[in-house]
Amino acid sequence: MDTDIRTPIPTVYGDQTKKFHDVWVSQVELLKQKFGNAIEEVRMPVEYPTDVPIVYVAKDSIVAVLSALRNDPSFGYNFLADLSCTDETPNEKRFEMVYQLFSHSRFNRIRVKVRVREGEKVPTVIPVWISANWAEREVYDMFGVEFLNHPDLRRILMDHRWEGHPLRKDYPLRGYQVFPSPEPIDLDVLERQ
Amino acid sequence: MTDISKEVPKIPRDLSRFGLPGKIDIQLEHDPDDLWDESRMIVNIGPTHPAMHGALRMMAKVNGEIIEKSYSEFGYTHRAKEKLGENRTYHQFIVYTDRLNYCSALINNMTYAMAVERLMGVEVPTRCIWLRMMCMEMARVIDHLICIGIAAVDMGAFTYFLYGFHQREEAYTLIEKLCGARLTTSYSRIGGLMHDAPEGWEKEVKVWAKRTLAVIDEMDQLLTGNKIWLKRTVGASVFPKEKCLEYGFTGPNARGAGIDIDLRRDQPVLFYKDVEFDVPVAQNGDAFDRYMIRLEEIRQSLNILIQCADKIKKGPIWSEDKRVRIPEKEVVFNTMEGMIHHFKFFMTGFEVPPGEAYTSFEAANGELGFYIVSKGEPRAHRMRIRGPSFWHYQALDPMVKGKYLGDLVAALGSINIIAGEIDR
Amino acid sequence: MGKDGTADFFTTRLDVIVNWARKNSAWPLPYGTSCCGIEMMATLCSDYDMARFGAEAVRFSPRQADLLIVAGIITSKMAPVLRNVYDQMSEPKWVMSFGACASSGGIFNVYSVAQGIDTIIPVDIYVPGCPPAPEGVLNGLLRLQQMIDAGATRSQRMEKGLEVPR
Repeated sequence: MDTDIRTPIPTVYGDQTKKFHDVWVSQVELLKQKFGNAIEEVRMPVEYPTDVPIVYVAKDSIVAVLSALRNDPSFGYNFLADLSCTDETPNEKRFEMVYQLFSHSRFNRIRVKVRVREGEKVPTVIPVWISANWAEREVYDMFGVEFLNHPDLRRILMDHRWEGHPLRKDYPLRGYQVFPSPEPIDLDVLERQ
Repeated sequence: MTDISKEVPKIPRDLSRFGLPGKIDIQLEHDPDDLWDESRMIVNIGPTHPAMHGALRMMAKVNGEIIEKSYSEFGYTHRAKEKLGENRTYHQFIVYTDRLNYCSALINNMTYAMAVERLMGVEVPTRCIWLRMMCMEMARVIDHLICIGIAAVDMGAFTYFLYGFHQREEAYTLIEKLCGARLTTSYSRIGGLMHDAPEGWEKEVKVWAKRTLAVIDEMDQLLTGNKIWLKRTVGASVFPKEKCLEYGFTGPNARGAGIDIDLRRDQPVLFYKDVEFDVPVAQNGDAFDRYMIRLEEIRQSLNILIQCADKIKKGPIWSEDKRVRIPEKEVVFNTMEGMIHHFKFFMTGFEVPPGEAYTSFEAANGELGFYIVSKGEPRAHRMRIRGPSFWHYQALDPMVKGKYLGDLVAALGSINIIAGEIDR
Repeated sequence: MGKDGTADFFTTRLDVIVNWARKNSAWPLPYGTSCCGIEMMATLCSDYDMARFGAEAVRFSPRQADLLIVAGIITSKMAPVLRNVYDQMSEPKWVMSFGACASSGGIFNVYSVAQGIDTIIPVDIYVPGCPPAPEGVLNGLLRLQQMIDAGATRSQRMEKGLEVPR
């Protein structure tokens, strides 16, 4: 018996796909009507092994799509649960930005993804949710994806003198780097706050 | 008005001692009419600090005692768990999950097990689910006890901490009976649990829960009506509801501001539909509200614990799915197939079918989420951990802007930052 | 002190008294970074009291503490800070490496973690465990006290000129 994510487990949101299926289908239709070509691809839960619909959006319209998802009451995804990135190395569009959204009114979730090549810049979603600030800094630190119009794009988890981006697939697990002195206070950053 | 700026000795603006080569000649603006200009100081509330929970650093420009501008730094305990998630099998990763929120390690373990089981479509038996619920509620209680204890210690109320810590030690004894370790438990397995609870464990948990309810009432009497505590926490570090939504607050911090979301009730998993509990919500969003919510949540969790201890029955704790079932030791040591199965399981790992899922649960701090992308291999392709403290720590700078340094301590204590979750 | 600089009756008696005083008042600097920090707090609390052994006055300032208890992970970002704190402590000072992560990097052999604090500062006693049980920590503290009695810790050996500063 080879079960996978498509098998509903009653004690871990088992009936989620059935419960929200119609809502998701109607929302995806609405998105396609509103944004047309900006929605590159949609993967729905039962055909594709995922738990929520994945909406692939073109890089330039991500802010518009997320704003609509947040503000329009027919979507109602008012909470950004997570913002991260995945390195799909053999693909030409190497990085996939992942936005997990949660709705406080219907309690359903959706995933929005943006595919970028190495060196391309993604517009920042800080105008929609302020909390994206540090999450995008972490994506920059770990993957090297840069963001357009980000107020403060610098490393967050690693030391500022670190070279390389650790979570990329080509960075070794044991790529140690040693620093002789503690990080100094950055007065420019302090003045900018 | 006399110009006293000529009489006040000028502080030398040599910034080379901060280690900034090439920026030695920067002069901060000097306003001769501003009497307080010379009392602005740049303070490094460094990674080695008693009030900084774990290793967190904040650079603040203070005017007397008021914080005018600040920025926070972390990453001093970055242990690269997401990279390790790509280099260890799913079974080997269980050990790393309990070092995330180390105050409530059992919640992390169980959430991770739920996440991988969801990807595989594996269902665990009833007793396992009740035990998981009991462990998670116990972990929630001890996490809240530490949070309010440390918040009190930071503001000088040391005895309060000792009351809570003694109950935590009693809980440690129970957890040690269950799985052998006090803090970093690694108790859950994919498809089951490490070992069944010993005889009579549920009854001892009930006794502990009832005793802790009495202790919580004592602690409540000690601190809640105390004038000093009220003066320091009521109205301190207020974060209103709209800002909480903007900053991604979840858990007790969000409920303190009026956001009535609890994933145990709104996105129910396990058997949370079958137990009765209330979800406390407050309105003001200040440190006192968060403290009261955590206190009330301890009581609710203890009630859930007592209900679970009554409903649990004997039974198997392992799912019989052949992919995840670790063979019993008698089978391993006496049969050839058992030994080969055991060897393959622990050396290569089982394969998780391709797919991706974001599994979240209401941890003690907020929404703990595991976003796992699998390509059909024994190791994950991407193991993303959504730690609630990361999103809460971002709000600390706006929370304390324009407030006193003492309010910084109150704020940090009330939003329960665990450095293990921020840095992962 | 005898005419040729060797210790005679009075200085050895003095050494015994001084070591007795030092071992029973080792004021710790709890340098807790991660999970071991919680177990260190548990050791300092009422159930497993470390105050019984003299390590009661917890001082967060390196100038006022004797015993640097490094409890938790030390990453490459934190390592220079640890070195600064160690340098600021005045002699005699002792270092206890609390837990597996401090002793050797623990289960984290990754790019950001220093594989053991002895790559950064000299250590007197290692307490194994992940995290060590408080009984283990107290055992470590008692062993350290025995070492101080025997004059075998690094600070005391440096006083006698048997070690070089590191």
